[in-house]
Amino acid sequence: MNLTARISKIIPFSCVDGPGNRLVIFMQGCNFNCPNCHNPHTINHCNHCGICVDQCPTKALHIEPNGAVENEVVWQSDLCIECDQCTYICPHQSSPKVRTYSLEELLDRIRENQVFLTGITVSGGEASLQLPFIIALFKVIKTDPELSRLTCLLDSNGSLNISAWLSLFDYLDGVMIDLKAWQEEIHQYLTGKYNHRVITSISLLAKANKLAEVRLLCIPGYTDYEENIDELAAFLNTLKPMPLIRLNAFQHHGVVGDARLWSSAKKTDLESLAKQLLDRGVEKIQLPSVFY
Amino acid sequence: MNLEQRFRKIATDPNLSAKQKSQYLALEADASMDYMPLSQPLKEAKEAGVICDMFEGNAPFKPRYVLPDYGKFLAQGSAYLELEPAQDFDDALNALTIIYHHVPSVTNIPVYLGHLDNILLPYVKDLDDEQIYNKLKRFWIMLDRCLPDAFMHVNIGPTDNVICRTILKVDADLKQVAPNLTFMYDPDISPDDLLRQACDNICQTSKPHIANYPIHADTFDGKGFGIVSCYNALPLAGGANTLVRMNLKALALEANSITHFFTEILPYYNNLMFELIELRSQFLHQESHFFESFLVKEGLIEEDRFAPMYGIYGMAEAVEALLGKSTEQGQKNSVQYALTQNKQAIRYGHEEKANQLGYRISATLSGLVTSRPVTHGYQGHALLHAQGGISLDIGVTPGVRIPYGKEPDPVTHIKAVVGHHAYYPSGISDILTLDRTVKDNPEAMYQLCRAGLSVGLREFTANVESNDLVRVTGYMVKLSDIAAFKEIGSRMNTTGLGAEAVSNTGILTRKPRVMSQEMEAGAFKAKIVEEVDSEPA
Repeated sequence: MNLTARISKIIPFSCVDGPGNRLVIFMQGCNFNCPNCHNPHTINHCNHCGICVDQCPTKALHIEPNGAVENEVVWQSDLCIECDQCTYICPHQSSPKVRTYSLEELLDRIRENQVFLTGITVSGGEASLQLPFIIALFKVIKTDPELSRLTCLLDSNGSLNISAWLSLFDYLDGVMIDLKAWQEEIHQYLTGKYNHRVITSISLLAKANKLAEVRLLCIPGYTDYEENIDELAAFLNTLKPMPLIRLNAFQHHGVVGDARLWSSAKKTDLESLAKQLLDRGVEKIQLPSVFY
Repeated sequence: MNLEQRFRKIATDPNLSAKQKSQYLALEADASMDYMPLSQPLKEAKEAGVICDMFEGNAPFKPRYVLPDYGKFLAQGSAYLELEPAQDFDDALNALTIIYHHVPSVTNIPVYLGHLDNILLPYVKDLDDEQIYNKLKRFWIMLDRCLPDAFMHVNIGPTDNVICRTILKVDADLKQVAPNLTFMYDPDISPDDLLRQACDNICQTSKPHIANYPIHADTFDGKGFGIVSCYNALPLAGGANTLVRMNLKALALEANSITHFFTEILPYYNNLMFELIELRSQFLHQESHFFESFLVKEGLIEEDRFAPMYGIYGMAEAVEALLGKSTEQGQKNSVQYALTQNKQAIRYGHEEKANQLGYRISATLSGLVTSRPVTHGYQGHALLHAQGGISLDIGVTPGVRIPYGKEPDPVTHIKAVVGHHAYYPSGISDILTLDRTVKDNPEAMYQLCRAGLSVGLREFTANVESNDLVRVTGYMVKLSDIAAFKEIGSRMNTTGLGAEAVSNTGILTRKPRVMSQEMEAGAFKAKIVEEVDSEPA
């Protein structure tokens, strides 16, 4: 099978996507549409409208006729200075720099960096939309003598269904899931989707001992964690073993559109939430080391 | 401004301590003597700043770096210092405190304080952990307050022992500028959790620096080596008699092609480097009478273990300038050339072509230095060194580093620079800046460090963005001290250099980081002279 993936970016060093140093693969495309997304250019696939082409200061973008697609925006990485102007102005929440990788190409990237890595994390976008590729990737890593020491983590919005999760379990070390709001309507407002699947996924992963982290992104005036603190804490307490509960603070970095006008979360906001969770027996709480 | 006025300016400076004034007055006096006789080409290269002597003085009467065999000193005592052999831990610390005041260096403060776990272990005897901690903590405070210079360097490791562990703990608890600290790591000897403890310390204090013990041990003979000052690796019981350095950027700008650089420009300045090395080391060894000191008589140092350091800097700018010339000549009419003009230079540290030219320059330099004997050297030779820069360097990147603020991610960074490391036996420092999120994940630091050393880094040095304590060029300063310095002066001799480096070299723009290299007391002197000279008459 000739598997490929649409990948927005690969970075060989991250200390914020799981334990140790991780190579992070940002997959393109997301099924949520959060107004506060800090990587909005990973949401959609490029529609080759070409608006970015003239904006590129180094002419790293051009349009080529390409068979079925009338015009294709082509990115030349060797001319790119990574100024991010193209993704900033994209009206379609996408990027002309997304590349198709074969499994072998991606494995080459991992192999050339493996000595520096504790593991790999597949993130996005919503990585699980390209599930067959991820299963194949993790399977190779876990069965390759040189790579099998690497831990395989998935960063997900939790929208996958149960049978899809089960197909990953043999090759997966852990999943980090965002629970973006407690009430259905609030979750719908903040993501475009209801959270029933997310909550089911969290419970399922915890039972299978595959839940590395639950993340609560605190947006003052928008998220509803404190309003529903008793129910939220009771739910988290059902998770055995208890995963790390990471409290994140909403920041404006990367955000476009109206959400830039939303207030960022302050240290005191997170400390207040952390205290209320602690008071209700939720223990493994991690606060950010940095507030901007 | 005449000499007398310069002296007066120093004597009446509102921000220098009395001791600092004495030191700068001495440097001024030294600089007022005539220089040793230079050939006309060397004189021109020196005046143009292509070759410099790091402000070591016009009549070198002491070696740049001295690494006494402190273990021998503790075991035998000293007739000159009227000390008996140390009997216990207190004796040993007391004897070290005394001898440090008698070890010269370019800054007058010892740059090497010893491989402390090795030399103190025989005296631990039945002390418990708490007693050791308290004694070392007092010793550490004494070092920072009495010998206030971040160039002085303690070595520990690679073995796991109570002194090594306790020093890491004391250093993390106190977070002082001095002393600087190197942990020697040997994957066959040092347990993983000891390297983890060292990496946890880096996350808190940007110290220690981690040296690749097997690589350094292979470079020097069985008598050993030490890491001193700003990451200079030198023979134990010896040191560096002088450090002369060459500005590769200036050479590249003078060359009209890559071939011209290798066949004419580099050999020409290489000859001048050796001329200056010979002049300076011959004066020290043959005229200054330094090697009649008690350090030699009592066998703590040996004259033939002193090597000249052949320093280079500005590799990044040299490579980019040379590639720019070759592109202009070869590809002016090609489409590819037109496209590349949209982008600035071919970037050192980012593009394979640039990195490969850099390695070729390093290999060539290594050949030049190892093939030419010197009168006073280690095993008859000078040692190549990627020099960490001084605070007066503007627009030239230290050693073979990637320019400040333009570094790629840490993994790409290590892979880009590691190809140079084999060529620089007396040290090559690069500084990785990691953003502060690593504090929550020291395992990432550990992984990066262990992997970097395993692929051939001679040394691993990291700064964490939010630490107050950071490396400026190899020595440590507190950012809060730099901010306060202009107002009130500083107790630390090196903070002045840090403040200068920050304002001259843009080191704080190093992406998330502050940087490091080495810079020396003479540079401060030069700065004062500069200020004095620019005063209206």
